[in-house]
Amino acid sequence: MLSLLAVWAFVSFGCGILLHDWLDQWKILGTGFPVGFWFAQQGSILVFIALVFVYARRMDRLDKEFGVKEE
Amino acid sequence: MGVQGWTLLLIGLSFALYIGIAIWSRATSTKDFYIAGGGVPPLINGMATAADWMSAASFISMAGAISFLGYDGSVYLMGWTGGYVLLALLLAPYLRKFGKFTIPDFVGDRFESSAARIIAVVCAIFISFTYVSGQMQGVGIVLSRFLEVPTTTGVMIGMGIVFFYAVLGGMKGITYTQVAQYCVLIFAYLVPAIFLSIQLADTPIPQLGFGGFLPDGTSLLENLDGLQKELGFDSYLNGSKSLLDVACITAALMVGTAGLPHVIIRFYTVPKVRDARKSVGWALVFIALLYTVAPAIGVFARTNLLQTVSNQPYADMPEWFQKWETTGLLKFEDKNHDGLIQYVGNQSSAVNELDVHKDIMVLANPEIAGLPDWVVGLVAAGALAAALSTAAGLLLVVSSAISHDLLKRCLRPKISEKGELLAARLSAGVAVCIAGWFGIHPPGFVAEVVAFAFGLAASSFFPVLLLGIFSRRMNRAGAMSGMVCGIALTAGYILWFKFLHPELSTPGNWWFGISPEGIGALGMLVNFAVAGAVYRFFPAPSSEVQAMVDDIRVPLGKRD
Repeated sequence: MLSLLAVWAFVSFGCGILLHDWLDQWKILGTGFPVGFWFAQQGSILVFIALVFVYARRMDRLDKEFGVKEE
Repeated sequence: MGVQGWTLLLIGLSFALYIGIAIWSRATSTKDFYIAGGGVPPLINGMATAADWMSAASFISMAGAISFLGYDGSVYLMGWTGGYVLLALLLAPYLRKFGKFTIPDFVGDRFESSAARIIAVVCAIFISFTYVSGQMQGVGIVLSRFLEVPTTTGVMIGMGIVFFYAVLGGMKGITYTQVAQYCVLIFAYLVPAIFLSIQLADTPIPQLGFGGFLPDGTSLLENLDGLQKELGFDSYLNGSKSLLDVACITAALMVGTAGLPHVIIRFYTVPKVRDARKSVGWALVFIALLYTVAPAIGVFARTNLLQTVSNQPYADMPEWFQKWETTGLLKFEDKNHDGLIQYVGNQSSAVNELDVHKDIMVLANPEIAGLPDWVVGLVAAGALAAALSTAAGLLLVVSSAISHDLLKRCLRPKISEKGELLAARLSAGVAVCIAGWFGIHPPGFVAEVVAFAFGLAASSFFPVLLLGIFSRRMNRAGAMSGMVCGIALTAGYILWFKFLHPELSTPGNWWFGISPEGIGALGMLVNFAVAGAVYRFFPAPSSEVQAMVDDIRVPLGKRD
């Protein structure tokens, strides 16, 4: 769970805010998006969705492993 | 059929749909009324959560705000979606396992204190009414602009609809109407965005479109950034807020989102703990569909607006311009009497002649882009769906806080099931009326109060819930003192800068440059720090509570 929270903080506070200016020197290939700006307005949201589903799957697997899966 | 005919038809159809659903899904028990019987599938709950969460502010104001703020607008995008990660990982599954009806339920039982329960009730009611008044106002604006009825009549119509399905159906009625409302609002949001994306960027996918290129090879973003700078506005791609302030506002919005009572309460409605986890994911997918399109609309709308009005003769303005002028959301004053519209950045306010309210960017968008009449009507129906769905969810929080937390748990524990259901319906009815009153007589400070609601949720509910779930040793003294200090700091700071001395509210006077919108993040840290220090001096909670804390961490569901 901590690693997922680390990714959560990295894409939003890291790429979207702290590193925004530095990342903006590049553009995402084939589009007009500066990288930092894209993370702040699109990328972070997409990563958030992935995080929640990854967490749900991991926990399901843990539940099964410890025999506490709900029927 | 003109704009008004289409608007009337689409709004009428959507209202008939909501009423039909309400009759089909009446609540018959308190469990139906508070948590929809606890049998809502995760996908449906996710969709309902998305409609519940996305308010008139998300639908009407957010894209407009982003189009004016540029990069700084990212705080809303990241803040209001990132909170769901916290909700999924840290709160929703555990609260679902705890398996009661409301947040005050958890706070009261976990810390064995009616005082804590009552603080939670007061915060929940305050947050909900703050929000609801904004929704009702949104309903009033939309109906008065598109149907040309007086705002008061508009609000009354909205109240009537919400009254019908919230009082009759409770959470069960609300959940299924919210599913319908989500479909209406997302369709209404995407259609004009897709049209605009095709017009400006030649692709039907708005998320890609705003990274697209103009025929001459410059990217849409650079083109807008250039236009902005040329007219003396702030750069679109770089913010004007300080780094720390952006981070604090984002954090406060994230944590506040995770602590909002009407969002949390939705995760009590799913059958199993693992459904709660999955349901947050679906909610975020449905929310992201609107939230990733909003910045695209921001860019399209801003570009269109600047190109349509900047240095153009006032006499040549299209019909929508005059229509929005009559609502007062668009103001033009020909200061230098040249008949042209000079729309320039704030540093030269003596020269700027046009005042555009952010709320019209989404509502007027289809007209500015010259889209067909039915799209205009669709946007009106979508905005109403967004406002009504959120209003209903909030009213349910108020009603359950009064009938369940105050009446049943504090004042009259022996009340019968039937009596409690009646009390819940009555308090929902009264809450609708109060909300309507706020909609007709909006307090002039709605925007400020919303910062308050998020600050309070961030500095009170979130830390208390987190500590209650993850620390077995956390006791009443720690939680209470943390909550009181967190709320006092946040509320004091916001009151000072927003209400008592708004003239002092400049970055130079703020602590570390943190604006009142972002202070909830600091309030949360103070809450954690105080709670973490105080609890050591007091005895551990009773063994039953400790057993409960252990129990909620094991997902094996016991239904009821």
